[in-house]
Amino acid sequence: MNVMDSRATSALLYLDGVHVSFDGFHAINNLSLALAPGEMRAIIGPNGAGKTTMMDIITGKTKPDEGTVLFDGVTDLTRLDETRIAELGIGRKFQKPTVFESQTIEDNLLLALNVDHRVKGTLFWRETKAESERIERVLETIRLKDARNRLAGSLSHGQKQWLEIGMLLAQDPKLLLVDEPVAGMTDVETHQTAELLKEINKEKTIMVVEHDMTFVRELGVKVTCLHEGTVLAEGTIDQVSTNDRVVEVYLGR
Amino acid sequence: MAHVLTRSLDRSATVFLLVVAAAGVLIPLSNLLLPAGSMFQVPTYLVALFGKYVCYAILALSIDLIWGYCGILSLGHGAFFALGGYAMGMYLMRQIGSRGVYGNPILPDFMVFLNYPKLPWYWYGFDMFWFAAIIVIVAPGLLAFCFGWLAFRSRVTGVYLSIITQAMTYALLLAFFRNDFGFGGNNGLTDFKDILGFNIQAGGTRAALFALSCLGLIVGFLICRAIVTSKLGKVLIAVRDAESRTRFLGYRVESYKLFVFTLSACMAGVAGALYVPQVGIINPGEFAPGNSIEAVIWVAVGGRGTLIGAALGAIVVNYAKTVFTSGPLAPYWLFMLGAMFILVTLLLPKGIIGTFNAWWEPRKTKRLSELAESAAREDGVSEPKMAE
Repeated sequence: MNVMDSRATSALLYLDGVHVSFDGFHAINNLSLALAPGEMRAIIGPNGAGKTTMMDIITGKTKPDEGTVLFDGVTDLTRLDETRIAELGIGRKFQKPTVFESQTIEDNLLLALNVDHRVKGTLFWRETKAESERIERVLETIRLKDARNRLAGSLSHGQKQWLEIGMLLAQDPKLLLVDEPVAGMTDVETHQTAELLKEINKEKTIMVVEHDMTFVRELGVKVTCLHEGTVLAEGTIDQVSTNDRVVEVYLGR
Repeated sequence: MAHVLTRSLDRSATVFLLVVAAAGVLIPLSNLLLPAGSMFQVPTYLVALFGKYVCYAILALSIDLIWGYCGILSLGHGAFFALGGYAMGMYLMRQIGSRGVYGNPILPDFMVFLNYPKLPWYWYGFDMFWFAAIIVIVAPGLLAFCFGWLAFRSRVTGVYLSIITQAMTYALLLAFFRNDFGFGGNNGLTDFKDILGFNIQAGGTRAALFALSCLGLIVGFLICRAIVTSKLGKVLIAVRDAESRTRFLGYRVESYKLFVFTLSACMAGVAGALYVPQVGIINPGEFAPGNSIEAVIWVAVGGRGTLIGAALGAIVVNYAKTVFTSGPLAPYWLFMLGAMFILVTLLLPKGIIGTFNAWWEPRKTKRLSELAESAAREDGVSEPKMAE
């Protein structure tokens, strides 16, 4: 085996011919997609297009029936579980904001830090200066510095979304999967979130699933439209939104 | 290492430890030193009774660690308690020696009665206290490890896990009832004579056992506090509140569950081992599913996720049980236990300690901020500034 073979693709995330069906329902159908390192990609598509299922496959929650999912060109994600995949550097923000409600904002971020995650390591763990500085930076980025000691459960919906993005940052992954980050946000918050994602994208690769077209337009990145578990169209937001088949799918036939 | 302990001692934890330590010293002293009949003398039967409560408090603590903090509702924790108790009982049986009814120097009475030709291999070593003491911890721990390894790896959670823990303790109940299982069957192990050479009935031994139980509660509490105040404790709460989120952060949830479940079972085993010499018997009834459920009720009454509440709940509910089952209300005890559970769930969902904390915390915070304000005024600072 030579060096060329050991790395099958230059893409950070590479999906090829992925199939998943649940009780005969084809949720994902021959899905192929490649994300270059440093790219931000928006995924759109009507309800049931397979967007969340695709994220479940990438993060190991769902195992595909067939197909390849490669991370960093070498790692076959279909063989790993959620914990291993998270450790490899794939962070995920859920569609419904999922934070640890009975713990403080600071503790939420502390839990997300990518330090030793084993039982012994956490039992004897003490915060180092570098780590507290990192939490400080994240708190600043997500504008929750003054609320650090509040319980996460007391935050507004928009703030929870931000806290979850903050947890992704503390996790310091190579790839961020962000599922509907602006759902339930005001216009101002939506705008701020777009700015925040663009800022994060300077260092990280991001895949963002979103329904809000204004938001997707504001991101100004390559868009992939999914439909019935497969890629329908790919290109700029203008190309995709004028694509006849996309219009047909969104407006009904 | 030291920081793990210092961090775990806040004010209420310190108060709790002081109270337990004081009880552990004063009750035995008053029992032994004061003349019988004196107002302040604690009679021996009460020392044994309180000792029993303290053992139950350790069991409650072990349940609170996994239920209150990690969300694992075990309805079979009595099994680990009983296993620890049986290990201690086996040691006590071997201590009887030739003083048994049949006078056999090796075989306990029930084996002679059931025509055992020789001591079964799994009774070897129980004539030595240190061996029994190790088994007290290892046997429940090993069972919990195997059980938890299978259950948590297969991601059995919630009510399904509770049901299989019930099945586990019920299966053990049936097994221990059998005469050919080698643990005394229906009658269990009893008629103990002495422990480490001391007469088990003597007042001094009972007082020492009580003090040891208090020590056990203190050590168990410190271990639990050290765990729940560490980052590990935060991970446990994260698992309780949002298990799959925790997994996506890169934590191996099943390892965490396995760790606390096994540790909790070991604690329950120690509680059982301290319990048996004080009540003088261990029989398969200790495996009854109802016992495990009752122990969960103690934790709910005291307040889950507070540790102190679990210990308090065990003592309060068992004291009530002692009072009511010895009076004219005795036939209605189970109804009262059920009513207590329903009332606590409806009126005090956070339990005694949880409700107290919810009432006390805002007052405390208010008082602290008032103090801070007046201090700021004295310093001549007109407007308190937020710390950067």
